[in-house]
Amino acid sequence: MTLHAVTIPKWGLAMEEGTLTSWLVAEGATVTPGEEIAEIETSKITNVLESQVSGVLRRRLAEEGDLKPVGALIGVVTDADYADADIDAFVAEFEARFATEEKVGSGAPVPETLSVDSKPIRFLKIAGSDGADGTPAVLIHGFGGDYLNWMFNQAALATARDVYAIDLPGHGGSTKDVGTATLDSLAETVDAWMAAQGLAKAHVVAHSMGAGVALSLALAHPGRVASLTALCGTGFGGTLNDDYVEGFLAAQKRKDLKPVAALLFADGDLVTREMLEDLIDYKRIDGVPEALRLLIDNALSADAIAALEAKRGDLKAPLLAIYGAEDQVVRTPAADKLPAGAAVIPATGHMPHLEAAEAVNAKIAGFLAAND
Amino acid sequence: MPQKSYRQALNEALRHEMRRDPRVILIGEDIAGGAGCEGEEDAYGGVLGVTKGLVGEFGRARVIDTPISESAIMGAAAGAAISGLRPVADLMFVDFLGVCFDQIFNQAAKFRYMFGGKAVTPMVMRAMIGGGFRAGGQHSQTLHPMLTMVPGLKVVMPSNPYDAKGLLIQAIRDDDPVMFLEHKAMYDMVGEVPDEAYAIPFGEARITRTGKDVTVVAFSLMVERSNQAADLLKKEGILVEVVDPRTTSPLDLDSILESVEMTGRLVVVDESPPRCSLAADISAQVAEHGFDDLTAPIVTVTCPHTPSPFSPALEDLYMPSVERIADAIRKVAKK
Repeated sequence: MTLHAVTIPKWGLAMEEGTLTSWLVAEGATVTPGEEIAEIETSKITNVLESQVSGVLRRRLAEEGDLKPVGALIGVVTDADYADADIDAFVAEFEARFATEEKVGSGAPVPETLSVDSKPIRFLKIAGSDGADGTPAVLIHGFGGDYLNWMFNQAALATARDVYAIDLPGHGGSTKDVGTATLDSLAETVDAWMAAQGLAKAHVVAHSMGAGVALSLALAHPGRVASLTALCGTGFGGTLNDDYVEGFLAAQKRKDLKPVAALLFADGDLVTREMLEDLIDYKRIDGVPEALRLLIDNALSADAIAALEAKRGDLKAPLLAIYGAEDQVVRTPAADKLPAGAAVIPATGHMPHLEAAEAVNAKIAGFLAAND
Repeated sequence: MPQKSYRQALNEALRHEMRRDPRVILIGEDIAGGAGCEGEEDAYGGVLGVTKGLVGEFGRARVIDTPISESAIMGAAAGAAISGLRPVADLMFVDFLGVCFDQIFNQAAKFRYMFGGKAVTPMVMRAMIGGGFRAGGQHSQTLHPMLTMVPGLKVVMPSNPYDAKGLLIQAIRDDDPVMFLEHKAMYDMVGEVPDEAYAIPFGEARITRTGKDVTVVAFSLMVERSNQAADLLKKEGILVEVVDPRTTSPLDLDSILESVEMTGRLVVVDESPPRCSLAADISAQVAEHGFDDLTAPIVTVTCPHTPSPFSPALEDLYMPSVERIADAIRKVAKK
């Protein structure tokens, strides 16, 4: 007879995996069609797996308690005298094919959550490549953003160092409690998170409102910040477009949000339906509209930005300021008002790290390496 | 984002709202389990475990096991709702609608209108719908078309765990009676679901696949099947847009018309017999309001006009399958 594969069955439309709770037949035992071989438990039921064929159960390939996807090989039934080597070859080939068909976990890093002042703060760590020993970097997104804003940058910067992207309070997977929602209070949260994460000192790369937070952090805790990279930052000479922040908060539907989100880019067509739906989903979470309101009224108020601007001269850490030439959210200052060494990226709006990721990554990587 | 099952998403929604609002109560058969019996408290949590663990946190005064009497469950819930509570009543199988339809469509759905807008009826009626379980004609129906045609009822059909949580929270916060229809085949479906509470407004479609050639409108389990058909046809060069209106009442006709304006071709997939179905309703509305945009006749994919068969082989043919959906799309794409 040929080799017969015993696999995890699919009982019901929704079944995707099953746990082998017990073997009912010993390895080497003879089985007949309809004979119960094993008990398998799904999230709904436990059921018995019956043999489809007559033969000898030559291999048991799963331990009791193993959770396996539907279709996974758990045993082999064949003749008593079938060559062991041929059975092993069959098993190896089956498993190799099954593994490629299965969507195997890519090993991609997943975000973690840390409790800071007993509130959850989410972040994604991408560990530096082997042998990379640069000072770690911390990435801070802007108003309404989250760690995914750095999707084109974080891994690129991690060739030389560990890179962390944090979700600020009120954003992403972090607490929606923004406290007083001032730049200083947000900076204190970042400081406490860095302490809890064991980051004594890091390069801070920050966008928009996040750059205001980073500047507040550098002024309050100079020891924490090895260097500061500010992308389209509030507090770095630009003027905030209130239509953007108010429009972002007010939009309830995809259609209303679309023209607002288009302000983020030099090329408004970059706004995808998925991006809009992700933003709408975020704004629907309980507490988010209130948090955004508080941030607009405090961290993003004209007074707060002016006060920060006035203190910028006290910054001790090296500064790289990057701007988008066509920024419609934090309008880029005139050339003579730019900080020394500033870079203005042509044909980009408020998101140069997305619109011109390679150029921006190269600039930041060079700056961080020079200040390690 | 955390991965959770449809079942878990529903459980979280109930838990969030029960914590937030002490007026929210649950009522139904075996939703706690073991009332009046010796043994483990909270052993059951409803036939498919959606309410498991809630009696432990909120107690039997808020998680109320009832005798087998659907008319009592719905009548008590309607009464509780107009007297200030926010009940979530569990009908179990939607097929049992027959025994409590008066409470639902003649009482709960009418209160707001018959009391001049002075009465609100914030009740949610959860029910399991759909086929695929070899459960025969009395346990396999969807019945959403019957419910959709009743003014005063809102009808919700979540197609994934994320929507299940957000729509159930909205249903509980809503001041009108809401039929919340959960497909039996989806309780183990896993997807990204935030830990926080969030509410998805009714009457807002989600586009689950983007394409310029053919629009497919589908609800509940049929969304996933339509997505699979769309993915299949992409390889054949047919780009399909799948619109999941998420609620049949209110219906986001604007999003459907907007998509048809671009594609000119419409397939409506509905797990329901064809007559007076959502497939028939949406076809009629698009024919009425979007006729000039159509470049091909509308095609519907439904169950046949018979009760659901008990034979597994026949039931598989009875329900719209990925293959039938794909064939329908190919048919309109060629015209």
